Amino acid sequence: MKKLINSVDNVVTEALHGFAAAHSDLVKVNFDPKYITRAEAPVKNKVAIISGGGSGHEPMHGGFVGKGMLDAACPGAVFTSPTPDQMLAATKAVEGGKGTLHIVKNYTGDVMNFELAADMARADGLQVQSVVIDDDVAVKDSTWTAGRRGVGTTILAEKICGAAAEAGQSLSEVSDLCKKVNARGRSMGMALTSCTVPHVGKPTFALPEDEMEIGVGIHGEPGRIRMKLKPADEIVELLMEPIISDLPYQSGDEVLLFVNGLGGTPLLELYIVYNKAAEIARKAGLKITRNFVGSYITSLEMAGTSITLLKLDAQLTKLWDAPVHTPALRWGV
Amino acid sequence: MTTMAANSLSAETVLQWFQNCAETYEHHQDELTQLDAAIGDADHGANMARGFTAVRAKLAGLKGNDIGTIFKTVAMTLISTVGGASGPLYGTLFLQAVAGANGKMALTQEELVSVFSAGLKGLMSRGKAMVGEKTMVDALVPAVEALKPVGDDSISAALNRAVVAAQKGSDSTVPLVAKKGRASYLGERSAGHRDPGAASSVLLLEALQRAIQSSV
Repeated sequence: MKKLINSVDNVVTEALHGFAAAHSDLVKVNFDPKYITRAEAPVKNKVAIISGGGSGHEPMHGGFVGKGMLDAACPGAVFTSPTPDQMLAATKAVEGGKGTLHIVKNYTGDVMNFELAADMARADGLQVQSVVIDDDVAVKDSTWTAGRRGVGTTILAEKICGAAAEAGQSLSEVSDLCKKVNARGRSMGMALTSCTVPHVGKPTFALPEDEMEIGVGIHGEPGRIRMKLKPADEIVELLMEPIISDLPYQSGDEVLLFVNGLGGTPLLELYIVYNKAAEIARKAGLKITRNFVGSYITSLEMAGTSITLLKLDAQLTKLWDAPVHTPALRWGV
Repeated sequence: MTTMAANSLSAETVLQWFQNCAETYEHHQDELTQLDAAIGDADHGANMARGFTAVRAKLAGLKGNDIGTIFKTVAMTLISTVGGASGPLYGTLFLQAVAGANGKMALTQEELVSVFSAGLKGLMSRGKAMVGEKTMVDALVPAVEALKPVGDDSISAALNRAVVAAQKGSDSTVPLVAKKGRASYLGERSAGHRDPGAASSVLLLEALQRAIQSSV
């Protein structure tokens, strides 16, 4: 294992110290238990929004804490859900009098830990609602699995709901909006290489030089199908077809096209992916009115990409365009 | 008196159980992680070792406390240190066991069965898993069944049966296609691998078995 670390046991803590030092104008980091809040938290008279998950997906979620997006993020160990005490403490730290929304990615551990945290918060008299994001079309038989994973749509939901909370919407309105974004977002990913969890010290799975995994998640878990490597355009077709056919899109629908890097793929290649994905979307009659390209939800140093389509409307577009100022996203300010 | 002692589980032995857990999860950390790397996300070994190391740090302070208090401390420690799915699941197992052990300095075999049954019920409702879905439930359900008193029984004999049943249950997960947890994303590709949660459940029971053996 070759990594820029000092000790496998201190990876998350040391990274958080650096994050706090780099972005002290925007965020505050609490270390015991671990959570990140906006520098100005709690924001009075605004619905608070919290997300969290294992570390190793940076900039998600800590990079999205700030004005117009999240109020707090709870980082777990690498690829491991954070624990309920973190979420409970974060909820108490950001509660501004209008309740708190927990945005949870659909993984067994995340869902259970957030459920326990919400139970504890309610027992303490706090108002909490939770929305689970499950947008990964690679997971098919949802009755027979833990259900679709939460991937790229999570960030879009955090941005859009953050703007709605900033605009003064109520907890139930922001919660309904989050469900709406989840219902209109679909994603699928693929990997060219595995990734190495610092604690483990070697790649999570072995992938020969000439093969790839289609339908991967964001934790180095193998995908659904392994096949011979193909040119980028053919790979993009393999990802776009299940996405477009999963959500009934109509010709003329406005969409946001999000091409994401998994951590080890250069932007140069992401634009090759975007080029083909946009062409396929146009051929399907979709109007790409917003786009988003970059490595925002990653799987350590995994090389690969995920594509997310979000069906927009006037409300979602307006909220997407609203000002945001966080360590990883900034526009309109 | 000897039969009395042999047929109850003392608070002291319970503390030894968790001491054994810390050792066993450290010892088997890489093995659990390898199992998890095959069908999950390669964190189960580290998570269990971290959780029970934190539990071990609290054991000295628990001497002289009743078993309910011990279970509650273990539960809260696991919930706040393990993370993943196993933190809430093992945490819930012990949290739901608290009620039946509150104020007690020793548990009879019947009480041990009812405490384990309550814990397992809580775990299954938190994880929404049933037998045959390739989870820790596949090891724990037959183990708890095997703990029930038969004829001229002892806790020690019951634990031996429970460990064998759990091992068999863990073996039974190998050919299964996972229907819960992260392994379920693999579909058919999850078959042919042992479930890491079932493996860690066997270790949990073996740690109790050793604690009981060393107490008689």
